[in-house]
Amino acid sequence: MLLLALDTSTSAITVALHDGARVLAEATTLDARAHGERLAPGIREVLEAAGATPGDLTHVVCGLGPGPFTGLRVGIVTARVLALVTGAALHGVCSLDALAAAGPEGEVLVATDARRKEVYWARYAVSPGSVRALSAPAVTKPAELAPQVRALPTVGRGPVLYPGLFPAPVDVLDVSAAALADLAVARLAAGEELADREPLYLRRPDAAPNVVAKSALG
Amino acid sequence: MSDEPLVLGIETSCDETGVGIVRGSTLLVDAIASSVDEHARFGGVVPEVASRAHLEAMVPTIERACRDAGVRLEDVDAVAVTAGPGLAGALLVGVAAAKALAVGLGRPIYGVNHLAAHVAVDVLEHGPLPEPTMALLVSGGHSSLLLVPDVTGDVRPLGATIDDAAGEAFDKVARVLGLPFPGGPHIDRVAREGNRVAIDFPRGLTTGRDLERYRFDFSFSGLKTAVSRWVQLRQAAGESVPVADVAASFQEAVVDVLTRKAVAACRDQGVDDLLIGGGVAANSRLRALAQERCDRAGVRLRVPRPGLCTDNGAMVAALGAAFVTRGREPSELDLPADSSMLVTTVQA
Ligand SMILES: [Zn+2]
Repeated sequence: MLLLALDTSTSAITVALHDGARVLAEATTLDARAHGERLAPGIREVLEAAGATPGDLTHVVCGLGPGPFTGLRVGIVTARVLALVTGAALHGVCSLDALAAAGPEGEVLVATDARRKEVYWARYAVSPGSVRALSAPAVTKPAELAPQVRALPTVGRGPVLYPGLFPAPVDVLDVSAAALADLAVARLAAGEELADREPLYLRRPDAAPNVVAKSALG
Repeated sequence: MSDEPLVLGIETSCDETGVGIVRGSTLLVDAIASSVDEHARFGGVVPEVASRAHLEAMVPTIERACRDAGVRLEDVDAVAVTAGPGLAGALLVGVAAAKALAVGLGRPIYGVNHLAAHVAVDVLEHGPLPEPTMALLVSGGHSSLLLVPDVTGDVRPLGATIDDAAGEAFDKVARVLGLPFPGGPHIDRVAREGNRVAIDFPRGLTTGRDLERYRFDFSFSGLKTAVSRWVQLRQAAGESVPVADVAASFQEAVVDVLTRKAVAACRDQGVDDLLIGGGVAANSRLRALAQERCDRAGVRLRVPRPGLCTDNGAMVAALGAAFVTRGREPSELDLPADSSMLVTTVQA
């Protein structure tokens, strides 16, 4: 098995290569505005670091979000096209699952930046080798989350952005592709069905229709 | 087997997902998926709707292009992609897809300028571009007059719209006349039944000081306003609006200015070849009047067929192939999508 995992749903542009036993290489850049620039070089970098070629890939795993749309799409289209070119199997995983996997054991909250003064969030039960969602990913104003939910150990940038609202921050802010790869390998090994390949937008595209005449374009 | 390069081009600057494949200057396939219908009810392009559609259409469109061309992806020698200008989020989907292809295939990538690609596409239809060529690019997204000594490295803007693009004016006037979006084809159709000298609509930047200062520039915003006002006055007076005459007279005002300035630029620069590209180049009256005026001025006119004038992947592939053929260095893998890429920057 040679599994490439990537995620662009948070401020991290993150790529990792996993051989089924361990993470062989990881490349992560923190830059909320450079997903389009940094992802492809990261893929080339982890392949080179592991002495592998794209044709060696057996699985491509992509974080499906939720996350800011523009960056999120960079990762998903990259994963889809890479799977097409290499013939590797394509899988998706909710990005919040990967964040929960990097958090402490027990019940945790994942709360990430959804812009527009909102967070993407979900609750999880984390135990060794297992990350189980207790709620579906959703988007909301942080103050609208129940106080006992906000009181949970909280992974993601929610506590950084709204420090008064999340009293138990965990120092895991962005998705790590290594954690995503470990999670995907564990789930595949357990014969679990991985998520499909569709982005988790959680918002309608015309929520704030910002119509442009074609002319502002090219 | 030809030793000309096999180049796959990706275009996602607006609402068309285009994947074209060329062998040198021979077109093999031009696959397009458009999200235009999803935008129609908004009367313009909704960027997020366009970006989502690009993501969904990308892999199926690549697959369709390869199938229809009888090409395997691994045979592709180079990948080209529109790096700008265009909608930022839409561009990024295409750029990311092209990079994934380039990394996955181990092939070079060329990030190219969308406007230069509109010029380069005509080699697929009419053979090598004369150097220099004068190019008039008119669409919903652009209205530019370019002097093109070398489409792979030297593109000089002579003029551009100072407000609305020509195609945008068509869309807005279509709305005033109750015609569907996008307006260009509908105005063209309706105008055939109308009288193009019925109403004397203004020709922007064509007289006096304007002509000195904005010699090769365009302005369509005043024209659009003049048309709405004319229609409103009619309606306020309880009279019926002669839609065909308004459409024909409006269209005449647009194509009169476009062709007059384009031919003047050819004369001024001593250029014998004029190329018209962009979606508005499909307009039948623009083609007819351009031909008439070029004939009179001794200028040769080149207009690609309508399918190659609108945004498509073949134009990007054609420009990419020109880069490869001329031995230009490929772009770096971290090339950015640049929504406001200058026309003078031919390669990202
Ligand atoms: Zn265009």
